Amino acid sequence: MTDHTGRDATEAIPDELLATRSEDPETALSTADETLLAEVLDGDQRALARVLTKIENRDDGARDLLAALHDHAGTTPVLGVTGSPGAGKSTLVDELTDHYREQDEQLGVLAVDPSSPYTGGSVLGDRIRMGSTAGDEGVFIRSMSARGRLGGLSMATSDAVTALDAFGMDRIIIETVGAGQNEVDIVETADTVVVVVQPGSGDDVQLLKAGILEIGDIFVVNKADMDGAAQTAADLEAMVHGQQPTGGVAGHHTPDASHPPTGNDDEAGQDRASERDGNEEIDHNDEASESDDTEWTPPVVETVATTGNGIDEFTAAIADHDRYLDRSGGGETRQQQRAAATLQRLLQRDIGAISEQLLAANGGLDALAAAVADRQTDPYTLVRRLTDPVTSAIEQHNRHE
Amino acid sequence: MSADSTQRAIRCLIAKVGLDGHDRGAQVIARAFRDAGFEVVYSGLHRAPEEIVQATVQEDVDVLGISILSGAHNTLIPKVIDGLESYGALDDTLILVGGIIPEEDEPDLKELGVAEIFGPGTPMAETVEFVREHAGTGAE
Repeated sequence: MTDHTGRDATEAIPDELLATRSEDPETALSTADETLLAEVLDGDQRALARVLTKIENRDDGARDLLAALHDHAGTTPVLGVTGSPGAGKSTLVDELTDHYREQDEQLGVLAVDPSSPYTGGSVLGDRIRMGSTAGDEGVFIRSMSARGRLGGLSMATSDAVTALDAFGMDRIIIETVGAGQNEVDIVETADTVVVVVQPGSGDDVQLLKAGILEIGDIFVVNKADMDGAAQTAADLEAMVHGQQPTGGVAGHHTPDASHPPTGNDDEAGQDRASERDGNEEIDHNDEASESDDTEWTPPVVETVATTGNGIDEFTAAIADHDRYLDRSGGGETRQQQRAAATLQRLLQRDIGAISEQLLAANGGLDALAAAVADRQTDPYTLVRRLTDPVTSAIEQHNRHE
Repeated sequence: MSADSTQRAIRCLIAKVGLDGHDRGAQVIARAFRDAGFEVVYSGLHRAPEEIVQATVQEDVDVLGISILSGAHNTLIPKVIDGLESYGALDDTLILVGGIIPEEDEPDLKELGVAEIFGPGTPMAETVEFVREHAGTGAE
């Protein structure tokens, strides 16, 4: 479905917008950046580190580098780990890197920590807990400051993912800022979102609240050796399964009495069962089985990250979700969502820069604010006048088309 | 062409290397650097020189601050510096050492590539100012 809507959508784009992209984006690079790019693609960690710095600093040429890297990226699965501060995200990520290193995967880890709203400074402490693979060249850990951005990631995180992807990582793990309730940026960047919860993090009403619990593909109750872990897991299960509009998959876990019986309920149940046993029946062109392919019920896994308990179940759930994305086409949907988020982010940033220019060209923000405070004009008229040249330029451009 | 305004931040790694288990000073420095607006990665205790090198390279820090109170600086710091050199990362990393370093060892360490040594009682503002003045000048 995504596929053909995707194609339909691109037809609406003016030809020149897609055609003017130079065949070889590397031609736009300075010689130094060209060398850097070649080194990154060649697997040089120091070059990768320097590219990440350029991306974070938004140095000149960073976008051209990213344009070139974009051509080499797009295949690496991205796992996002979010949850409240102290839930054990870093320790879990450490266990995960350990696990994937045993399978000889090359891993990139981005650990985002908050920055001070006052000084912009930050202490990036996640690396301390990711020590089990220290000294191993197959793991590249980069600590990132959120640099003032709310939402759990920094502006540069998704660009950093592009660089790690192009470098040739087999898997990328992002650990967000310790997130509370509404820090949901990670959805736009990760293929699989893991929400880490610790026991006793609130009653079921907390879990009912909108936000972070809506974004999890997998829920992990970490510190499962603490009191209340079973209750938290049960609350989560109830929440997660209650969300399913069809109630279909919930039938596996709860008696089906609550659902009004429908004609093909049994049949659907059989399809699901056969799908679990083996994948042969997936082509079965039945409404029910098709909706099964596009449904995912987030599993709730209990772990003790400090001892490694439950990590096997956790990684199995991640693998399940990978397979689900493959067969449902959900991966492509997420890629498109990610592209949309990137486009909007870049546009907003550029348009923000344009408004700075507008302000500077018209006496500066302070002068204009003083005029409004003096009641010489009102802010609404002022902004309309400021943006008039931009809107009329766009109109003019459209007329020439 | 891009309309991005650059957002440069001074990145630092505060590292504890070797068996020395005292990191109050390192934490105080980390906090002072944070308050100065720097981005500070803290290594945690008991790191091997290779781990420090790897973290310095991957994090692409401008400043590596090594805290040593154990007296093993003449063994450990050369290892870190050799490692950085092998990655080609020595020239654009400002290396600072803090802790208990006898005066007679200072010239040798500076000869190796340590930019400055800050002993006990150094005013925090002095260290911060030193970093502001020197960080990143070796790079680009």
